[in-house]
Amino acid sequence: MNGLTGAYVPGSSALHRLPPGAKLLGLAVACTGLLLLPTPAALAGAAAVVALLYALSRVGWAAAWAQVRPVRWFAVALFAVQLAFSGPEGAVTATLRVVLAVALAGLVTLTTRTSDLMACLERRLAVARVVGLDPFRVSLLLSLTLRSVPVVAGLAVRVREAQRARGVERSVRAFAVPLVVGALRHADALGEALSARGLDDAD
Amino acid sequence: MKDEAHRQVRRFPTSDLARVAVFAALIAVLGLPGSINVFGNAVPITLQTFGVMLAGAILGTWRGALAVAVLLVLVAAGLPLLAGGRGGLGVFALPSAGFLIGWLPGAAVTGWLVERGGRTPGLVRLVAACLVGGVGVIYLFGIPVQAAITGLSLGKTILLSAAFLPGDIAKAVITALVARGTQRAYPDAVPAVHRERVRAAGGR
Repeated sequence: MNGLTGAYVPGSSALHRLPPGAKLLGLAVACTGLLLLPTPAALAGAAAVVALLYALSRVGWAAAWAQVRPVRWFAVALFAVQLAFSGPEGAVTATLRVVLAVALAGLVTLTTRTSDLMACLERRLAVARVVGLDPFRVSLLLSLTLRSVPVVAGLAVRVREAQRARGVERSVRAFAVPLVVGALRHADALGEALSARGLDDAD
Repeated sequence: MKDEAHRQVRRFPTSDLARVAVFAALIAVLGLPGSINVFGNAVPITLQTFGVMLAGAILGTWRGALAVAVLLVLVAAGLPLLAGGRGGLGVFALPSAGFLIGWLPGAAVTGWLVERGGRTPGLVRLVAACLVGGVGVIYLFGIPVQAAITGLSLGKTILLSAAFLPGDIAKAVITALVARGTQRAYPDAVPAVHRERVRAAGGR
């Protein structure tokens, strides 16, 4: 839940000042590039570059580790499987690739405010108009979703408590059906509220 | 041109917009670890495919896929909305990227199969829809991408994925039961019923 506000670390490094669009593009290019690097040595070079970028951003060790930490067990499992199937070289390559991609994505997250990222996304969405989508609606859809996450999470907690009180803790249906019905009720009420504010008549 | 734009808006009323947003949020919430321990403290399985199948079965083909698309766009923007707090463009470079992309057609196919069931999709249809859309289609996209990224052969990747198959089949069956329960308690949760109601309300 806490992650929703983003893991942004305030700062004034070159990476912080780079426009979000450029960072996203750079990330996409870098991730593709990682897939094309064939040997562990090349990837070790890439790792050095990533470490340098982190140093430049001055986000600190704790923040950097927090970005990579969620994939640590996944990385171990991947390494083990690759070791069994394609030897030590393949294992190092595949694992480094994944960890570096995650680290780079994390760096963008750490140096960019979520609001800036969303604003950048919204500007890009202007392209959507070409295919007949209304950018306003698309951005409304995205922000409604973000707003709904805590609401649905709260609903899940309430249903869970009710389930405990009823003594049906282990029943998946007793949890999921009320949760989904509750989510739908919320959605339909939300839809009516939006409609009542005249959003259906907009443009 | 103006008329065209107007029709576009009609086809996507705010009631649908709200449903799509809330279901995208539901998929995200199903990925929040700790807050939902459906199986007690068992292994951390991603419950998000529940949400993907439910989005298809309850919202229908296009809205279901749109809910998944919204979630994936937000994930790509760096929000940690995937299970275990993952997010960012990096996830689309992971070996599991194909499975994520497969969520889109997975939700759509689930929805399409449920919609063919009309106003009262039966349990058998729901189970079939979840199995085909939520397991078959997702694997169809996930396995080749996993093979390409990890560099393993397709055969070996299929063998590795087979370990998840029993769990995924169980998830599909449970989703169908949940969808059935939801549609009984809230008839508007059937895509065909909802569409009729929206048409009746908006038929000005």
